[in-house]
Amino acid sequence: MTEKKLAIIATKGTLDWAYPPFILASTASALGYETEIFFTFYGLQLLKKDLNLQVSSLGNPGMPMPMPVPVILQALPGMQSMMTMMMKQKMKSKGVASVEELRELCVEAEVRLVACQMTVDLFEFDTKDFIDGIEYGGAATFFEFAGQSDICMYI
Amino acid sequence: MADFDRELDASGLNCPLPILRAKKTLADMESGQILHIIATDPGSVKDFEAFAKQTGNELLSSGEEGGKFSFMMKKS
Repeated sequence: MTEKKLAIIATKGTLDWAYPPFILASTASALGYETEIFFTFYGLQLLKKDLNLQVSSLGNPGMPMPMPVPVILQALPGMQSMMTMMMKQKMKSKGVASVEELRELCVEAEVRLVACQMTVDLFEFDTKDFIDGIEYGGAATFFEFAGQSDICMYI
Repeated sequence: MADFDRELDASGLNCPLPILRAKKTLADMESGQILHIIATDPGSVKDFEAFAKQTGNELLSSGEEGGKFSFMMKKS
């Protein structure tokens, strides 16, 4: 049986959106898929050694809140870190893995992690801030794998 | 009660951790050995069925006892 292939493009750099690429990639690996994640634009935040991912209810009316908070108050200083802290506590209490843990599982499972070179240049990221073992490439690099993939998703 | 070779308690863990831990445990086992998995994630019932179908490991049984889900899986 030839190995199935999953290609993911991760474009978002918030705590909540860090989950889908790492959950799907780690699970796909457990199911025997060869998996690659291409990180571009804000998705590159997910490759930092020190993850400082935040979540915001601003512009996200679908986010369940313990109590209704008017949008104008959600913009106050400190609200984003409070939301992030509450979300992390909630996740921990429900046995949801941390992003760090899921990412580590992806690394262990040899998920290929590719950082978009253009974004690194654009935002002047220091590659020393990224975890070890990642590759750098462009759109053509992505298609080399994505073109043979069975599943390809944009997150 | 059926016999098993290894046991994995994934209680309190949520998707996808029970599957990932099971996969890791199975990797250290011999073909034909049986893994007993305990989980509290209700989603794990469907997920272990799907895991078995896709990996070829056989799901011998799946059940619930006292709010916990219990699975017996035979390594392919």
